[in-house]
Amino acid sequence: MSYIIPKESYNGKVLSVDFGKGNNALTVGGGNCLPFLSFEGELPHPPVIAYEIQDTVPEDWPDTVKNIYKDVSANPVTWAQYCQNELKAKALALRLVSTHPDRENRSTEDVAKIIKEVLAAIEVPLIILGSNHIEKDASVLVAAAEAASGSNCIIGKAQEGNYKTIVAAALAHNHKLIAMSELDINLAKQLNILITQMGFAKEKLITDPMCSALGYGLEYTYSVMERIRLAGLLQNDATMQPPILGDVGMYVWKVKETVASESDVPEWGTLEERGIAWEALTATGMLIAGTNLLIMRHPKAVKITEQTINELI
Amino acid sequence: MALTGVQIFKLLPKTNCKKCGFPTCLAFAMALAQNKVELAKCPDVSEETKKTLGEASAPPIRTFNLGVGDKAVKMGGETVLFRHDKKFFNPCALAVNIKDNSSDDELAQKAAEVAASELNRVGQKLRVDAISIEYASNDSAQYAKAVKLVADKAPDAAIILNCKDAAAADAAVKAIAARKPLLYGATNETAEALANIAKTHDIPLCASAQGLEDLSALTEKLQGLGVNDIVLDSGAKTAKEIIEHNTQIRRSALKKNFKPLGFPVLNCVIRDDSTLEASIASVAIAKYSSIVILSSIEKWKNLAIFTLRQNLYTDPQVPMQVEQKVYSIGEPTPDAPLMITTNFSLTYFIVSGEVENSKVPSRLAVMDCEGLSVLTAWAAGKFTAAKIAQFIKDIGIETQVKHRELIIPGQVAILSGALEDKLEGWKITVGPREANAIPTFLKSKTV
Ligand code: SF4
Repeated sequence: MSYIIPKESYNGKVLSVDFGKGNNALTVGGGNCLPFLSFEGELPHPPVIAYEIQDTVPEDWPDTVKNIYKDVSANPVTWAQYCQNELKAKALALRLVSTHPDRENRSTEDVAKIIKEVLAAIEVPLIILGSNHIEKDASVLVAAAEAASGSNCIIGKAQEGNYKTIVAAALAHNHKLIAMSELDINLAKQLNILITQMGFAKEKLITDPMCSALGYGLEYTYSVMERIRLAGLLQNDATMQPPILGDVGMYVWKVKETVASESDVPEWGTLEERGIAWEALTATGMLIAGTNLLIMRHPKAVKITEQTINELI
Repeated sequence: MALTGVQIFKLLPKTNCKKCGFPTCLAFAMALAQNKVELAKCPDVSEETKKTLGEASAPPIRTFNLGVGDKAVKMGGETVLFRHDKKFFNPCALAVNIKDNSSDDELAQKAAEVAASELNRVGQKLRVDAISIEYASNDSAQYAKAVKLVADKAPDAAIILNCKDAAAADAAVKAIAARKPLLYGATNETAEALANIAKTHDIPLCASAQGLEDLSALTEKLQGLGVNDIVLDSGAKTAKEIIEHNTQIRRSALKKNFKPLGFPVLNCVIRDDSTLEASIASVAIAKYSSIVILSSIEKWKNLAIFTLRQNLYTDPQVPMQVEQKVYSIGEPTPDAPLMITTNFSLTYFIVSGEVENSKVPSRLAVMDCEGLSVLTAWAAGKFTAAKIAQFIKDIGIETQVKHRELIIPGQVAILSGALEDKLEGWKITVGPREANAIPTFLKSKTV
């Protein structure tokens, strides 16, 4: 009997979102089938990995990843240039952790200055992230959006508690926007609806359903992402069609498996390889579930994930 | 796929004799369609009907074991394409490959690594399940000797005979027949010879072809030769071929009830770079593989792959629970803050992650509330003042901390008064409602 390939017919399509300017601009999303199943659809834009950089020395990162950047991380500009020029980053994600009230509580004026300096020093597209402090992010991201006006950045993350001002700023300064909710497909949907009701086009949104590290709830993120993709593609649910973000590095580089030394846990093997594998495998899991844009920290993990993407497309 | 009640009814004797315990043949047919009774309850059913119904009710993906004994790995038996639709049942077996022309020391070393690979993670024992011995020496005596050596040194591991040569395979199977090795694999050319060996020793056989059209033809041929326990090797090499072939195989089996592909799948993911190999293994694990063959099994790599497999095979309907105990985060002194929450694993992961973010060494008391989140557990009467008080007394925390201050989740602030009454000598502090406010909260407590 001859074999007939069982193809799924999809009704919807993932929206494509571009960011950055000129030759280095990138586009994510745009596919009309489940991840990597190009035998039954078109997947025009492979997933993109952005290197995470911060606006202050990353004292809280474990040595495995902190040491890589020790000569450049004192200044976000040198850090950004290092990632772009030496590591060949295709995109960068600047996390403004120092604005958090528990860190340096840096002012919005400082933020504007940093953003302008970083943007002047790089050609690749930039993602600008707050410190995940709901109230502070509302003012920080507004200042960041203004400082980056015209650079077509992705800014975030807008959450239920602060989306209004951030959406207005992204709208005014023509940026793309990350909408983040906590591991629940209905919350993700609801936030996307609230944001589009403010007149923000769904074609400019990125959904972050919240990442989880391998071993620390990865399966929840995995299934929420799969369900979002299926709702967008099979049911043509327009609120579930933005590209998906996997903010991998920040969830991975704090769990015990990326921090505990081999002498503490001999049965876990060498720490450096373990940490890199933890970030790479978390990223691979996210890709298979439907992530279009990844934010990662360790160059070797990025390289492995890029090789995996190249094998998958 | 499964037949409807009416389709089954047409195959029954239609005498309404009631011997099955049902008033009519139709009622019996309806019950059969819902798997509520067995066909054997009708004594008058024809042989032909038995055969038709038997085939229709066979599971879409055949289930059998890799290896023998209590460490054998059950394969197949899956019923869904996405874990959220129900669950994935039988976690994929991990195997490491070694060539038979390696030195005796290398063979013994690899077998010992497998034998010692077991790790404990959140209450489950996880291990490398199998060793694949590759026929590279072109010397069947050497192959049998290597297989015997490895099998002896890894007495619990399943054995995969990675060998397409019938004479060498036959000698190796005979050397370790009681271990029921998987013979990998039969090609179109070697189908008869290998099927013969598989049948003689009652062992599973892997069918190796290029592409699913050839693979389906080959499994039909093997079944025709009397082999039933078949593993599929579609020839997939790249991650793309793995995800596409495996998806097509699972869909054909589940949605089309296409019998020639209703078997567990084997993928070989060997790469030069060990981390890349782990990443490609993850693709195979997520997308339907039942056996993944690796080239190396470093401890760090095992931990990462085991964890990914465990995560994806967790039952999504049953909230995963973490163990009830007091967790130390950082290195808490006897003066460090003490917080309490429930044992829903997601709650635990989010709360403990934020406590880690705070960099304030703390204790987190996790109370068994049957895997419910804080508000749900409170609403269900499992996270009440009386129960929390009892838990705090029973868990022996009073010997670990000097102070007597318990931080409760902001969502159950309402419990603080009652809890102070029931926990004599304790001060109850209401913590934040949302986990992301924990770092600020904990830092403010330490200054
Ligand atoms: S025993 Fe068989 S023939 Fe008799 S009523 Fe039941 S189904 Fe019908």
